[in-house]
Amino acid sequence: MSGGSNMFLYSLSILQPSAITQAILGAFSGKKQQEIVVAQGSRLSLLRPDAAQGKVHEVLTHDVFGIIRCLAAFRLAGSSKDYIIIGSDSGRITILEYQPQANKFHRLHLETFGKSGVRRVIPGQYLACDPKGRACLIASVEKNKLVYVLNRNAQAELTISSSLEAHKPHCLVFALTALDVGYENPVFAALEVDYGESDQDPTGEAYNQTEKLLVYYELDLGLNHVVRKWSDPVDRSANMLFQVPGGADGPSGVLVCAEDCIYYRHMGRISSRVPIPRRRGATEDPNRKRTIVAGVMHKMRGAFFFLLQTEDGDLFKVTLDYDDDVGVSRIRIKYFDTVPVATSLLILKSGFLFVASETGNHNFYQFEKLGDDDEETEFNSEDFSPDPSDSYQPIYFQTRHAENLSLVESINSMNPLLDCKVANLTDEDAPQIYTVNGSGPRSTFRILKHGLETVEIVASELPGSPSAVWTTKLTSADEYDAYIVLSFGNGTLVLSIGETVEEVTDTGFLSSAPTLAVQQLGDEGLLQVHPKGIRHIHADRRVNEWPAPQHRTIVAATTNSRQVAVALSSGEIVYFEMDSDGQLAEYEEKKEMTGTVTCLSLGEVPKGSARSSFLAVGCDDSTVRILSLDPDSVLESKSVQALTSAPSALCIMSMPDSASETSRSTTLYLHIGLYSGVYLRTVLDTVTGDLTDTRTRFLGPRPVKISPVVVQSQPAVLALSSRPWLGYNDNRGQYMLTPLTYPALEWGWTFSSEQCPEGMVGIEGGNLRIFAVERLTENLQQESIPLAYTPRKFIKHPEQPYFYTVESDPNTLSVATRQSLNEQASNGDKAMQELPAEEFGYSRAEGHWASCISVVDPLNKQVTQRIEMTENEAAFSIAIVSFSSQDDQIFLVVGTGKNTQVAPRKSQCGYIHIYRFLDDGKSLEFIHKTKTDETPMALLGFQGRLLAGTGKTLKIYDLGMRQLLRKAQAEVAANLIVGLQTQGSRIIVSDVQESVSYCVFKYQDNKIIPFCDDMVPRWTTATTMLDYETVAGGDKFGNFWIVRCPKKASEESDEDPAGGHLLHERSYLQGTPNRLELMAHFFTQDIPTSVQKAQLVAGGRETIVWTGLQGTIGLMVPFVSKEDVDFFQTLEQHMRTDDPPLAGRDHLIYRGYYVPVKGVIDGDLCERFSLLPRDRKAAIAGELDRTVRDVERKIADMRSRVAY
Amino acid sequence: MADKLRTTQQLEQLQARYVGTGHADTTKFEWISNLHRDTYASYIGHPPLLEYMAIGTGEPMAKLRTKLIEKMIQPVGKPPEKED
Repeated sequence: MSGGSNMFLYSLSILQPSAITQAILGAFSGKKQQEIVVAQGSRLSLLRPDAAQGKVHEVLTHDVFGIIRCLAAFRLAGSSKDYIIIGSDSGRITILEYQPQANKFHRLHLETFGKSGVRRVIPGQYLACDPKGRACLIASVEKNKLVYVLNRNAQAELTISSSLEAHKPHCLVFALTALDVGYENPVFAALEVDYGESDQDPTGEAYNQTEKLLVYYELDLGLNHVVRKWSDPVDRSANMLFQVPGGADGPSGVLVCAEDCIYYRHMGRISSRVPIPRRRGATEDPNRKRTIVAGVMHKMRGAFFFLLQTEDGDLFKVTLDYDDDVGVSRIRIKYFDTVPVATSLLILKSGFLFVASETGNHNFYQFEKLGDDDEETEFNSEDFSPDPSDSYQPIYFQTRHAENLSLVESINSMNPLLDCKVANLTDEDAPQIYTVNGSGPRSTFRILKHGLETVEIVASELPGSPSAVWTTKLTSADEYDAYIVLSFGNGTLVLSIGETVEEVTDTGFLSSAPTLAVQQLGDEGLLQVHPKGIRHIHADRRVNEWPAPQHRTIVAATTNSRQVAVALSSGEIVYFEMDSDGQLAEYEEKKEMTGTVTCLSLGEVPKGSARSSFLAVGCDDSTVRILSLDPDSVLESKSVQALTSAPSALCIMSMPDSASETSRSTTLYLHIGLYSGVYLRTVLDTVTGDLTDTRTRFLGPRPVKISPVVVQSQPAVLALSSRPWLGYNDNRGQYMLTPLTYPALEWGWTFSSEQCPEGMVGIEGGNLRIFAVERLTENLQQESIPLAYTPRKFIKHPEQPYFYTVESDPNTLSVATRQSLNEQASNGDKAMQELPAEEFGYSRAEGHWASCISVVDPLNKQVTQRIEMTENEAAFSIAIVSFSSQDDQIFLVVGTGKNTQVAPRKSQCGYIHIYRFLDDGKSLEFIHKTKTDETPMALLGFQGRLLAGTGKTLKIYDLGMRQLLRKAQAEVAANLIVGLQTQGSRIIVSDVQESVSYCVFKYQDNKIIPFCDDMVPRWTTATTMLDYETVAGGDKFGNFWIVRCPKKASEESDEDPAGGHLLHERSYLQGTPNRLELMAHFFTQDIPTSVQKAQLVAGGRETIVWTGLQGTIGLMVPFVSKEDVDFFQTLEQHMRTDDPPLAGRDHLIYRGYYVPVKGVIDGDLCERFSLLPRDRKAAIAGELDRTVRDVERKIADMRSRVAY
Repeated sequence: MADKLRTTQQLEQLQARYVGTGHADTTKFEWISNLHRDTYASYIGHPPLLEYMAIGTGEPMAKLRTKLIEKMIQPVGKPPEKED
């Protein structure tokens, strides 16, 4: 790290990747209930489906700091617990166990078998487990296969053998599965191709005759070795294998899925085949063959079936007819339903289907029926020859609305996240994050807001505007609240909570005065504090009243079930405690405060003690004092805390604390709200009353009010300012402060009733609102607006709150083509076109493009205009340019390609379309388009003209009457310009393959001259200029980097207004004369799709916000002080050794996957500190010369200063 | 002489274990085929990279994965005629 770089960044993620690489099902807790484990990027998460509510809850997520490539679950015979095997990039096989008590993954075994990294011959790509849990096979794409025998020892612990090899050179594996053979020797089946011969044969004959083989590998448990038992050629296009139940449950063997056909194959059995039905319809190509892309086998009560999914998303139910003599006699197939294309399908025993979608939200369906007795045509293999070379008649089906599955929950997924802008369009304190996501018809425009989701239960209008509200029980034994007490300027209103909420008058509460506090006192008493006195209402409605001394009123009050303290207008504090007969006894001494008391707080009476031993007093001289309530030293001052402004609210409360001495214990905190809108949380020492470890947060411009609430049976704090905030401990034990997505409240209190045991009640103007917070895990709220096709890029209107997206889908019929096909078709096919594309997809055809420009209004959540591209053009780039030749009027510029081919990249020609903004940008009007020789992939406004990157050439255009006029051009990139940035005359050009190069535009010479480029080929995806010399960007391999132009080269480029000097400078190693310096480099795994500078929280610093393809949103926070860098560097080092990544990858090597990590500290690793056991924490903190609390605070501050 | 023999043996061992390890007589075809196969294996092995391409080509990942493995069979066309 001592590379001389003086830039250091702290990498944090604020949204985890949501793409699911693979999902597996099992009883990982060891209970009956089935759970789902998913691999999301480098994260392993445990999801628990709730069959009663039809929801899926995330229970645990763990960053393994490695690439998870495959997962498998297995169970040892006789056990009820499933274990997890991970195939990753660590060159090791990892076996994990989920420990439900500690809620963590525990690593049982880690066996090294090869080099680390994703390599061709190092196993980790495929993984299969014997269904009886006796062995697993881990394989690479080419050559290597390793078998591990799993067993248990005398102590019933899981053991793993050393590996058995089943390598075969020149052998490519397409698919792998374990066979179900009951308790015979475990057998694994693989689809393989041997390329050895075709590599030697120059005639190409051998290549044409290459066969795809289905190979059985048998593990002989007696001899402890693996043999290649059987191999048989299958359909050349085969791509997938599915296990067929064996032993007592079925015929064993495999289903081999190939293009257009599904085969049943097994050693020594006759094979059979059934074609995959094709969609019927006017817009469907009858000759297009489908392949199976996902599937699942489900066993139930002696029967079994398969659900196999084609690339259209259609699910087919496949069943087998079999008997013991001949094996499988028939394959039956019929259309089931259509769901999004999945990476994994899981069928739960409770009757649910989990679809881990390839793109877009993951869906959770409930089975309504199994498609047993419907009118769907069933096809079977009797009509088709099992020989792949025989021709057959294709079969067709008609799609229809779902009959068997009903969607119960859609789990938000940002994957794929294709572009992002941070902007504040709603004038809130903090900006929102706008993104375009998804692919095809399931694409969305999403708005992300920081906040917790709230569920509104009641919102009712009140006769006036109350200033405060409380709820109270009647007796201490009550479970739920009985009264809602509302305080108005001149009176008090009591409502009873029951079936209906109605006013009650005979409660004993004084209704003619406002209320300051309400409390259920002792066992059965009630207490009301009003400005003129204290009313103690006994269970038999007797009232004891303590009047305030003459000429003085009560200004502040605090209560708990045994104690009351009030502050008088004269600055005196009067303290009461309940005596043994349940009477409130006034303490004789009064404490005189120096200033006016603004707020008071007593904590709850701790369990097992008679009183809370501290009283916090806030005065208008900007101090908080802690007074003792111990009988020996009542109202003696213990400690003082000076504040920046007068306190407006106080709350003493005990909360769980990860830094405390013992795990699961709580710490006493004092929460302070200030008139300036600042919230503080300090630790209150239970013995000395000292205030330590103060954490500060600005909530909003209004004075802060604080009330204790309960969320998910955890104590939490409701802090009200210009927005309501909730302070709670998240699942890692970290204290979080998150705004609620709810209107601003004037007052809040807890609310508990039978319907809503953990609610909150609040006042908003003249309304009473009751609401609840159900999920604490998601602190970013998403709203989405559907888009038509895969969004490529989007841009915001410079002044108005509108976004413009360019969307395009390859191999998809455009709207115009679909319409004309539908018109030609007979009426019989009309039914098909009415099915919504979001569920059923668009009709596909090779070479066709569907593309459009959408105008998105994020405030009203709608698309205001959609312009479809015609003539097979596809839009790829977008810019808003103000042309100085048109009086700086702004235009929308869109770059398209005609008849584009994706790979190899080719297009007939490109066009640049110009649109005028109408109606403040709400709609667009087409002006003209200009032909270019190649597709413009990058557009940008530059000095009142348009800069367009077409292929390798950069061109400058001005706007003419009929078309664009080319003013200058230069070849500046090696392959293809994919991105442009500018400041002044400097242009940063990103190449698809060759990183970025810095160019300068010389106005006098009308020349674009590259003067500095990079020495590493970075396959740039996104860039942004951090300053005039520095560019931050990401590449296709998942790296984030920052490069900087040497100062001298930067200055020289701008010296001469003409480009003579630069032009004639000698080129260095066939590039520009200068080279960029690398400032920072970090492997993020996810491919950055956008990088920008933004400020995410009110009053926070500006940071680099990047988004990843799989749905990551991350931050790179620059360090300000050298001390912080040293601190976090040391902490990171300790974390690497004390919390080594779960899958066995070395953290430092992982973060330096392609290029050694430079100038970036992994915050996600540092944040795992709070999860370490207490002794490890103490040891690390000792090394850092700090206390555990200090370290945790520093880590928390790093995040809360800039993000959520 | 013994040293040389050992070196050769070690090299042979490496070549057997790690596919693509070169030797003095590696032809251009072998080298480039190997390079392409490594590349395709990397595309398949990195889930984000595979997804990136799947979105670009508008194909499901499973289909693209199969296509890429198919390409690994003969990534750069037929081998050249052997010169005797």
